[in-house]
Amino acid sequence: MSLTIPSIHYLVLLPTLILFGASLLLLVVSALVRRPLRPAAGTAVTVLASVATLVVTVAQWRDIDRHGASTTVAHALALDGFSVVATAVIAVSLGLAALVSHDWMNRARVVGSEYHVLALASAAGAVLMTQANDLIVIFLGLEIMSIGLYVLVAFDRERTRSAEAALKYFLLGSFASAIFVYGAALVYGATGTTNLSSVAYFLGSNVLLRPGLLYAGGALLLVGFAFKVAAVPFHLWSPDVYEGAPTPVTGFMAAIVKVGAFAALLRVLVSALGTQMTTWRPILWVLVALTTVIGASLAIVQRNVKRMLAYSSINHAGFILLGVWSGTVPGASAALFYLATYAPVVVASFAVLTLVGGEGEDRHDVAHYRGLARRQPWLGAALAILLLSQLGVPLTTGFYAKFSVLAAAVDAGGGALAVVALLGAAIATVFYLRWTLTLFAEDEGDVDRVPVPPATAIAIGLGVAVTVVFGLWPGPIAALTQHATLLFTP
Amino acid sequence: MHSSVWLTLLILVPAIGALLAAAARRREGAAFAVGVTTAVVELVLAIVVTVLYNPHVANAGTFDFVGRWVLAAPFGLAYDVGIDGISVFLVLLSAIVLPLALLGARDRRREPAFVGWLLLLTSATVASFVARDLLMFFLAFELTLVPSYFLVAQWGGPQRARAALKFFVYTFAGSAFLFVGMLYVAFAHQHATGGALSFSYAVLQGTVLPRSTQVWLFLAFAAAFAVKSPIWPFHTWSPVTYAEAPTAGSMELSALLAKLGSYGLLRFAVGLFPLGLADLRPWLATLAVIGILYGSALAAVTPDLKRVVAYSSLAQMGFVTLGVVTGSKIAMVGAVLLMFNHGVITAGLFLVIGFIERRRGTATIADLRGLQGPAPVLAALFTVVMLASIGLPGLSGFVSEFLVLLGAFATHPWWALVATLGVVLAALYLLWAYQRVFHGRATGPNESVADATHAERWVLAPIVVLVVVLGVFPKPVIDRITPSVQQLIVHVAPAGVSK
Repeated sequence: MSLTIPSIHYLVLLPTLILFGASLLLLVVSALVRRPLRPAAGTAVTVLASVATLVVTVAQWRDIDRHGASTTVAHALALDGFSVVATAVIAVSLGLAALVSHDWMNRARVVGSEYHVLALASAAGAVLMTQANDLIVIFLGLEIMSIGLYVLVAFDRERTRSAEAALKYFLLGSFASAIFVYGAALVYGATGTTNLSSVAYFLGSNVLLRPGLLYAGGALLLVGFAFKVAAVPFHLWSPDVYEGAPTPVTGFMAAIVKVGAFAALLRVLVSALGTQMTTWRPILWVLVALTTVIGASLAIVQRNVKRMLAYSSINHAGFILLGVWSGTVPGASAALFYLATYAPVVVASFAVLTLVGGEGEDRHDVAHYRGLARRQPWLGAALAILLLSQLGVPLTTGFYAKFSVLAAAVDAGGGALAVVALLGAAIATVFYLRWTLTLFAEDEGDVDRVPVPPATAIAIGLGVAVTVVFGLWPGPIAALTQHATLLFTP
Repeated sequence: MHSSVWLTLLILVPAIGALLAAAARRREGAAFAVGVTTAVVELVLAIVVTVLYNPHVANAGTFDFVGRWVLAAPFGLAYDVGIDGISVFLVLLSAIVLPLALLGARDRRREPAFVGWLLLLTSATVASFVARDLLMFFLAFELTLVPSYFLVAQWGGPQRARAALKFFVYTFAGSAFLFVGMLYVAFAHQHATGGALSFSYAVLQGTVLPRSTQVWLFLAFAAAFAVKSPIWPFHTWSPVTYAEAPTAGSMELSALLAKLGSYGLLRFAVGLFPLGLADLRPWLATLAVIGILYGSALAAVTPDLKRVVAYSSLAQMGFVTLGVVTGSKIAMVGAVLLMFNHGVITAGLFLVIGFIERRRGTATIADLRGLQGPAPVLAALFTVVMLASIGLPGLSGFVSEFLVLLGAFATHPWWALVATLGVVLAALYLLWAYQRVFHGRATGPNESVADATHAERWVLAPIVVLVVVLGVFPKPVIDRITPSVQQLIVHVAPAGVSK
């Protein structure tokens, strides 16, 4: 018996290789040099790796333009516009988060480059998820991404909450992973393959007389994804983990997990199980309704801003799921647009939280934001813009993100669901506005100014710039995401 | 045909002024100067546009100053402006209220921000009135929420934060239905024609939709506009918000933002879904009449002057809604005229109440008494504006209310009959409030209330002039409104509307 090596298109693998390579490089170098590496070294490598990844995505995009979408490594990885844009979003989030964590590590006196090693590995896993065209590869990406994050969540060794959050995340996360694998196994049992294109082909050319196995498998896959994106009722871990994790990690996690998991979810549901749409749509309907409304309602009662943003991110997950629900190409494109515009905003929001939270992370109450915009107009205005963008105010990307998913949903016949989701958004306005108003309220006067280190300032500035510039001029990103999903394979 | 640059300027001037005002942090009063200058430029522009407006431009309906540019094709987002006889006076109203609010209700606390928000609000309001594209209208309509939220929440009364939040959430929830309805129409049109996604009003007006769909869409649109207007029973945010808002905020809210609701109802709900209107007409007319009676009744018993005006606004907007939905030409013209007149009158009423509040620190009727003695000019000015609101013949309120009732009587005699009661009640609650505040003998702090200053008299003068002139000679205004209403009626006609 001979082993055939499948042909490999290395351009497809390049982003994963760069990110993982950078991670290994840091690991090896820090083991070889005698003294611990300075934080700047790790940050520099991470930022460079994310810039390199961005450059590669441009090359990939041009390759797709010339040769069309393709699969490689025995059809296990897909190179299409969708994966390229999602990869670029992950690279941007990684770079921004690295800048934020650089200052955080200096402040918290974290030495060594383990943080960056893990962040790079996680990002590599997320990129793999966006490209995966096989359930097994999705699982690989999911685990690579998650294992790095489990450790990152526990990174603040001086706070027990951090360790507690990590344990909670790890236990529930591995449970979800197990459910996912079981789902993959059942789908394999029902269709004879784990390859998404083959699953789609099989289901398109055969009628399952007893679809129970497939339904069970699909349902388990969905539960796994719902856990990762924190859709209600699988969201219970997220506020605790968001609160416990070091704040820059929370921002990073909120961005890349969403991108990776939603990219894979879209591929599984829309591409592989597209023929079963009538079956999974009602389930997603309920998930979307619950996630948008409950996410927003629970956020209102929070005092801790990290928990508040955790629930807000649940609310956003509901909106992205709405794009998935529509199950159409515009829906996928809308979800991608949402992810692309949400990721920088959420990283930048948590960057502000990192600064205000202070050393020891004990300043996360809404009250600590009282008068921030009066003491520090730039920082306060930045947070106000980021919050209003998440609320979905016109002239920010948040509006167009909601617009595009709602448009896709209405076009797919989901008018009622769109109304429900929007009412969820209406509920969410309560805490966004209350918080924004707190920023401008009169303060007690004896509050210290929050120091704003340069790297974090750049990250916040970029996040705000993205939401304002593309809020005024959304054409480019919209055209990009629309173009990207035209080449959606299979 | 005139260039759309005029309208672009009307939107941009206050927006730029807002940025300048916000940037003028250093010098005391600099922001205020920027604000007043901007307001004057805006007013001049609006007057020029009103005078130049020509309803007989070929191929544009009765629209003038038309221009359309697609900004982001994937979203169907376009910058599409134009005004007709319905919107031109609302644009003018925005430009009139702005300087009055700045000069008459100046707030020195954090003035740069205050002026900035006020100018930004004007920019968004004007943008929504001149939008000829549903999406652009929606964007501007939503955008008005942010400045008005901050105006109420930061410069309002003791309950301001709650009031502002209530206002925002109610309106936002109402818009949810408008938004989904809007998407539905656009996609229905796209599927029917196979072209690009477009929200253009002119294009969407040509979409043929089945009757039942039109009813649903009309309801979705009406949900948003009923909250904004407000139409009973969607009004519950309005008394508390009007009462808690700072004077300038109450003026903008009741004079302009409320008009966004009735304007949207007339332009978009009625204009796009005439069959929906045909089926819902009796219901809407009933709600309007209930609003008139309910608003009047509560205005009579509420203990706070600002709330009196808030409830009277509810009643007056009931007349507007009645005029819009009964759909006879005369009533519609009356409704448009009433939007303008009510805007001017209610701005005047809130101004005077603002003056009283500035002197006495309260607008609670029980605390005020006999102000006529120490402040006769203030009382006289209040009287004129109040009489216009009551609908005294010879003043502007009479003409518009009369037209609405006349038109409504031709098609809906019973509704019109009950609505007429509202006119009587208006006299009752306003005169009674006037009696309690201005008559009698002033005692305690009421004794030493200063009379209207020169500045205050000059601020109220334009309102008094408008109220009198439009009461005696409304023809130029009606002549500009009528062709556009006629145009709308022709479009709506198949839905069974009488002359």
